[in-house]
Amino acid sequence: MADIRLEGVTKAYGSHRVHSDLNLAVNQGECFTLLGPSGCGKTVMLRLIAGFEAPDAGRVAIGGTVVYDAGGGVNIPPDRRGLGVVFQDYAVWPHMTVFQNVAYPLKIAGWNPEELKRRTLETIALVNMKGLENRLPSELSGGQQQRVALARALAARPSLMLLDEPLSNLDANLREEMRFEIKEIQGKLGVTVLYVTHDQEVALVISDRMAVMDGRGRIRQIGSPAEIYENPADAFVFGFMGVANFLPTRSDGGKLLAGGGAQPIPWPGPEGKAEAWTAAFRPSDIVISRPKPLPGAGCLSGVIRRASFLGAMMDYLIDVDGAKIRAVLETHEAMSRGLIFKEGESCAVTFLNLHWFDSGALKETAI
Amino acid sequence: MSHVRLANVTKRFGQVIAVNRLNLEVERGECFSMLGPSGCGKTTTLRMLAGFEDLDGGEIRVGDRLLSSRSGNFYLPPEKRDFGMVFQAFAIWPHLSVYENVAFPLRLRKLPASEIERRVGDALASTNLLAEAKGGPADLSGGGKQRVALARALAINPDVMLLDEPLSSLDPHLREEMRFEIKDLQKKYGFSIIYVTHDQAEAMALSDRILVMNFGVSQQIDTPLRVYNNPANKFVFGFIGLSNFLRLVPGAEGLCTPDGSTIMPRDMGPPEGLLRLKAPLFLASRPSEIDFDAVSGLRGLVTRKAFLGEIVDYQVRVGDQDVRVQKGRRSPGPEVGEVCGLCFRLPHWYPVDEPV
Amino acid sequence: MNTIGGKRRFGAAEIILLLSIAVLVVVVAVPVLLILVNAFFSGGSLTLADVSAAFRNRGAWAAAATFFRLAVTSFNGHDVFKVLGESDTYEALLNSLFIASGTTVGSTVVGTFFAWLVTRTDIPYKQLMKGMFLVPFMLPSFIGAMAWKMLLSPRAGYINRFFMDVFNLDGPVFNIYSYYGIILVEVMYLFPFVFIQVCGALERMDPTLEESARISGAGLFTITRKITIPLVLPSILSGALLIMLYSMAHFGTVAVLGIENGIFNIPTLIYQRIHESAGNFASIRTGTVLASVLVTAAAVIIWLQNRIQGRGRYQIIAGKSFRPMELKLRGLRYPLLVVCLAYIGFTIILPTVVIFLVGGLRTYGLSFTMENLSLDNYKFILFDYQVTRDAIWNSVVLGFGAALVTMFAGVMISYVIVKMRVRGKGLLEFLGMLPFSVPGSVIALGVILAWSGKYGVNLYNTVWIIFVAYIARYMAFSLKANSAALEQIHDSLVEAARASGATTWQALRDIVLPLVRPGMIAAFFLIFLPSLRELTVSIMLYAPTTRTIGVAIYTLNEDGETVMSAAMAGVALVIIVIGQIFINRITRKRSGS
Repeated sequence: MADIRLEGVTKAYGSHRVHSDLNLAVNQGECFTLLGPSGCGKTVMLRLIAGFEAPDAGRVAIGGTVVYDAGGGVNIPPDRRGLGVVFQDYAVWPHMTVFQNVAYPLKIAGWNPEELKRRTLETIALVNMKGLENRLPSELSGGQQQRVALARALAARPSLMLLDEPLSNLDANLREEMRFEIKEIQGKLGVTVLYVTHDQEVALVISDRMAVMDGRGRIRQIGSPAEIYENPADAFVFGFMGVANFLPTRSDGGKLLAGGGAQPIPWPGPEGKAEAWTAAFRPSDIVISRPKPLPGAGCLSGVIRRASFLGAMMDYLIDVDGAKIRAVLETHEAMSRGLIFKEGESCAVTFLNLHWFDSGALKETAI
Repeated sequence: MSHVRLANVTKRFGQVIAVNRLNLEVERGECFSMLGPSGCGKTTTLRMLAGFEDLDGGEIRVGDRLLSSRSGNFYLPPEKRDFGMVFQAFAIWPHLSVYENVAFPLRLRKLPASEIERRVGDALASTNLLAEAKGGPADLSGGGKQRVALARALAINPDVMLLDEPLSSLDPHLREEMRFEIKDLQKKYGFSIIYVTHDQAEAMALSDRILVMNFGVSQQIDTPLRVYNNPANKFVFGFIGLSNFLRLVPGAEGLCTPDGSTIMPRDMGPPEGLLRLKAPLFLASRPSEIDFDAVSGLRGLVTRKAFLGEIVDYQVRVGDQDVRVQKGRRSPGPEVGEVCGLCFRLPHWYPVDEPV
Repeated sequence: MNTIGGKRRFGAAEIILLLSIAVLVVVVAVPVLLILVNAFFSGGSLTLADVSAAFRNRGAWAAAATFFRLAVTSFNGHDVFKVLGESDTYEALLNSLFIASGTTVGSTVVGTFFAWLVTRTDIPYKQLMKGMFLVPFMLPSFIGAMAWKMLLSPRAGYINRFFMDVFNLDGPVFNIYSYYGIILVEVMYLFPFVFIQVCGALERMDPTLEESARISGAGLFTITRKITIPLVLPSILSGALLIMLYSMAHFGTVAVLGIENGIFNIPTLIYQRIHESAGNFASIRTGTVLASVLVTAAAVIIWLQNRIQGRGRYQIIAGKSFRPMELKLRGLRYPLLVVCLAYIGFTIILPTVVIFLVGGLRTYGLSFTMENLSLDNYKFILFDYQVTRDAIWNSVVLGFGAALVTMFAGVMISYVIVKMRVRGKGLLEFLGMLPFSVPGSVIALGVILAWSGKYGVNLYNTVWIIFVAYIARYMAFSLKANSAALEQIHDSLVEAARASGATTWQALRDIVLPLVRPGMIAAFFLIFLPSLRELTVSIMLYAPTTRTIGVAIYTLNEDGETVMSAAMAGVALVIIVIGQIFINRITRKRSGS
């Protein structure tokens, strides 16, 4: 049974159409992420599900119950949809203590005081905030406030949690820590999570499945993190999921030549038809080595344009016949294999994997 | 002789010693970074160099020019130091156009109009701002504003450029781009850079040499590669990049984890000198320098495995401590719940009771 | 706030909106409209009955259309210019303009200078001085004017007499009954408007804006001229315009100091006409014409201010902050400190002391020796004299009632404007601007026109007319404080409550109301305290039994009961200071937690 089902949902603000005829199903107990660039309408989608906004057309169902139906005139208000929501700006009530914040949903639901206290303390402990029950939000750090918001959303043990960029106001270290914690809590309680973010790293860590949306609010691909990372549906998804190299090619007598030069690509060519093909690959899909004595022997030769030492990683910008590609390799590996290049040195490049995209389509789907 | 020289520079704020007897020399044309956590004294050092703070001890020279000296009771105000400087919050004057912002330092120097025009044009061209010259800075993005700040600092063609966390107000992708732009400008104009940041990756990527500071005290001055590979102490190791510190205690057969459950084999042990102390030690390692090794005596339970795209992140429970391991996405690795052996490449060792 | 419910019904949101509009229309819009109508349209041809009939039958737009149609046909600009051409009115107009300009220039210079001194130099005792420079906010300027009259009136002023006696001068050293006297006194009590704005701007300004100029090679003087002043110019101008607005419509000082030499400004002339001729048509007409001039001037000033703030509000606040550079005053440090202390002594301490001393005298003019001084006057005023006892009681009750009503009305109106998404809000936003731009004397005249029985309700000569006028006068304070509080409450706080299972009303009760409470309390005191010393409105509306504290002081003074009015002023000052201390304690406790 699908826990969230959106059918033909359309939403516009004035003449600006955010979603048209959108369909989506999220399964019971999974952590589902909506990933997309800012302004793609992913937050609007979350707000439609929560009931803070009403779609212009379509149906929204949660746990088998229709909560909104434009045709049937159904519109259940957010307080009766039985959700937990966590907002980007925490939205912790500043006049209430941690305990009062977390207990509020239970109080509204009319729990008896003992049960309420037990559950509230249990939930506060779940987010590692034990001992801070009597603090006011102003006495908490940003990360702690977000934990309170999380606990508040979980207090009534809703079957569905909606999280709207909950980590984007936190600093990098805290963000890294919290994403693991959210995943852990989700696993522990078995709650269905819909997570909205523009940060592909968070999405990869946290999701069971995810949907990648483009700037115009269309869903480009739905799948598990590994599926989406390894088998992107199109160039947009490939580019959005991390540092991406696009190497334009031209065909010459059945061979594909890299960039503007005459070196053939040392990898099987694409299937299908296109005017021109672009090879796409991650920095880690490249094997870089010292120049080979025989050029063209299964590798491309290039020139190091920029060498940056990033600590654990070496980051090279390599010029292959006018095309710039970026290669990253681990510093210890680079050192042990004598691959610390200086700018201006020549190198050889082979590939571990390539994706092929139609160059024409690539231009249209520029990120 | 080195270009910028700080000798025994000390600064106090009330009881707190913000900078303690700092010595450093920056060569002409060098890119030198000051790196450390907030409150470590790096910004105070830069502000003393700029002349916004006076010294409580020592002296500062650029070339053969004395800028500040406690003993000589000498202090040159900032407006006479001829530095270029870029601030974290841009500090672009909103009531002046982009052009006038850049022209400001030149007008103060009473250069002829044609010279001002030439130099402003040059600075704006170098920072890709020619199209925005007439406009007000309010319309520019954060990156655009920071370019104006750079152009303004470039206009007087300074020997030394002071950069105070210039990229930390920008988006991550823009930050990377601007980093390279700053390097390109340095190549073109040949100024020395003194760069303050708390972001170690930024310092690594940009600098010829790095000063790592903590509590106002210099911890290490070295090239990025040496700071990374040969950190002077535990603080430097922990501050640069991700790190694991596994606490080990001397046992009958060598080092083991505090609960005694896992034996640490001798072959990757610490130097004899440290071992002879018979005291608890930290095994310091980077997540990317740990291998899964079936035959290793150091065993752990995989408690978390997260796919981060290019890398896979593991958390391994060793005794009562967690060790983080990162492998490339193509490297094979164990699953959650499996027991694995760990092998530390290039471990570093620090006594647990090391004096700070 | 929320838009749940597919089809728009006439729900709670619409009721609240209509109620809010009604409050503003009745309390502010109608009086102002009546003034304009009476000023510009002679006699019968334009009656509001037609307009209201059109409104009843065909709605707001039809009413507006009717209004304009009638307006065009019955417009009588000729009469307006005739009134303005009369030498009295013409002169009052010029006086208002001249005094306001002088006051604005003087206050801006003084305010900016002191603001710069306490934020950008190393002058000692900064925090104390900053506090002292704000004290004039508490002192009612007409009480200050009275004190200065006691000190510097040409024949009886203590200072003048002292110099005349000691140096055998023929004439006074300074005649306070003059344009310059009036301007001087207004500057003393109005400059904090500029001071507080400029201080705020200088303190919030990102210090690196000045530092980057310094590293570019600019010295402190150049930075002040080329960077600092231009950046705080919007704040300076905005404070200056506030003073201009205030001074043009200011009654007390001119009334106390000007009448002796026949110096009238617009509000005092309105007062005089209405007062002397007991409400005949010609005087009302003159009043409305003058009031229209004030409304127009106020509208222009508010418009200018919005433009300045819209255009000039630079983003100059940012980043990690260091202490801004301080100019080392070196040798000037203590001389400038003496200047500041002297200023504070002259403008705050001296007048206050004189008020209390004169209030203790048996007869005005006696010297301040122990045998001449007693507490008898204070006793008389507080316990025996019916007029002043009534006045204190009236002021307290009026202030409390008006503050309470205005606080609740303000929170409702602000809620609609800041938080609700409802059609027709634009009209409310427009009406919400009105209270900010209508000067006190205009409001007083407006409520006379509206509530004197012409439209069915006659409140004239009762406390209720003052009550209504206070609500109109102080609505702006309430709107400002409550909107500020509501803007702090992010929508997600309410949405979080909804998602927790709370209904709209529960969210309002549990989240919005507790969070807006500090704003409401602030609004209450922002209204209650000034209303205790209100003069401009009360003076036009009082009846023998409905005097307020301000009116009592003023009329006693006007009747030549100088010692009694001084004693009453002393009592008022004590009440005000106690109230202020009380507020400070409350607000400090709040900001502390």
